[in-house]
Amino acid sequence: MAGEKKGLQLLDFWVSPFGQRCRIALSEKGLPYEYLEQDLGNKSELLLRSNPVHKKIPVLLHDGRPVCESLIIVQYIDEAFPGKDGKPALLPADPYARAQARFWADYVDKKLYDCGTRLWKLKGEAQQQARKEMLEILRTLDGALGDGKFFGGEAFGFADVAIAPFTAWFLTYERHGEFSVEEECPRLVAWAKRCGERESVAKNLTPPEKVYEFICGMKKRFGIE
Amino acid sequence: MEKTPENASQAAPLKLFGSWASSYTHRVQLALRLKGLEFEYAEEDLGSKSNELLRHNPVYKKVPVLVHGGRALPESVIILQYLDDAWPETRPLLPADAFDRALARFWCHFADDKLGPAVGAVFASMGEDQEAAVRQVHENLALIEAELRDGAFKGRRFFGGDEVGLLDVVLGCGSYWLAVFEEVTGVRLVDADAFPLFHAWLRDFEALDEVRETIPAVDRLLEYARGVRHMLLGLAGAGAAAASAAAAAPAEAPAAPAPAPAADIAVDI
Repeated sequence: MAGEKKGLQLLDFWVSPFGQRCRIALSEKGLPYEYLEQDLGNKSELLLRSNPVHKKIPVLLHDGRPVCESLIIVQYIDEAFPGKDGKPALLPADPYARAQARFWADYVDKKLYDCGTRLWKLKGEAQQQARKEMLEILRTLDGALGDGKFFGGEAFGFADVAIAPFTAWFLTYERHGEFSVEEECPRLVAWAKRCGERESVAKNLTPPEKVYEFICGMKKRFGIE
Repeated sequence: MEKTPENASQAAPLKLFGSWASSYTHRVQLALRLKGLEFEYAEEDLGSKSNELLRHNPVYKKVPVLVHGGRALPESVIILQYLDDAWPETRPLLPADAFDRALARFWCHFADDKLGPAVGAVFASMGEDQEAAVRQVHENLALIEAELRDGAFKGRRFFGGDEVGLLDVVLGCGSYWLAVFEEVTGVRLVDADAFPLFHAWLRDFEALDEVRETIPAVDRLLEYARGVRHMLLGLAGAGAAAASAAAAAPAEAPAAPAPAPAADIAVDI
């Protein structure tokens, strides 16, 4: 029966940073999976059946059973395929470090994407407000990173997986907000480069110019200048 | 990072900063009680937050914050998972199986992202707007009812199984507002006929000793809710967005209005 295939399938959309979190996690763990690109304008039976509540990507199917919501998927991947035999653990062992990782991943979910959307969609006063908020968010992340190599410290982990896909959106935010992330948050940009050196990230992020092109296309479709 | 022996860190003191009417605070109090953990409680005046709170939660400046051995943990669902991680041998809140954990997390997120704000919207509105908000609450409850009836939680007394778990704590600490809001607004939210399993679960949840110890007396909640409703209706002309932002976390003192929602074109990625 369709949808009950053995193994891992990922229902996703090419430019989605949420989907990319899952792709990075799967790659970090060295897990083979079937990538299934979804048409969000004409949602498939499989997507609607797998995520009836939200009807959104990403969805991970494991032996046909759906796991929804990107951060929940990443945690599931970490727990169902625990760190051993060279597969890294994405969440650290220490309880407090785990809480911190979850906190920053959650912060990005609560703040970054929505603010970024307002930054490219809106004009005038509302756009200025979004710009102000975006700078605050990026500075907060820069501060949280501090002089650490990754958000988790020495090792690339859960928070890095959660935030890395959004680095591909910096260029889009910069052009709409007229600022430079490198100038405002140099540590964050250095971190983004380090993430980009990992195969899991390099393979799965959309090139920034392509993200920008995508957003320009969206704006045209919705009649935004 | 230096590895601290588990026992030593378990022995470190726990201090919870909270607000008596905050369901997010109740979640943490309940979880601590379920785990049998002693803690110091500090009531925060949300209209005049302490320096200590602001120092412990500089990003959101909100309650609850749990401080353990001097280290601060904000965000209720994160705190609850921390308690499981730091006290793994005591009354786990999350199930053992990875898929069941994913389900519990999914519905916790649904409670906070969809159901909670929908209930808040009912409370903050009147007339046609309120009718639309009520429909939204019913749709959300219907989804949960369906999971109890034929889905992920079929046949269970609690979402966690025979004992309460993470999702019970998250959904339960907040669901008592349903009856309070029904009383204050005169609107029917949890019909025992429409949502029999949800209704039965809530009744069993509220009968637990630890829950009764945690949830404030209903007349205190009613008085509080009447005050907030009165204030919100007074604001009704001043902008529904501000009112529903304040009502979405009904236990917070009037918060600064959330930024106006983005242009209503949905981008589904």
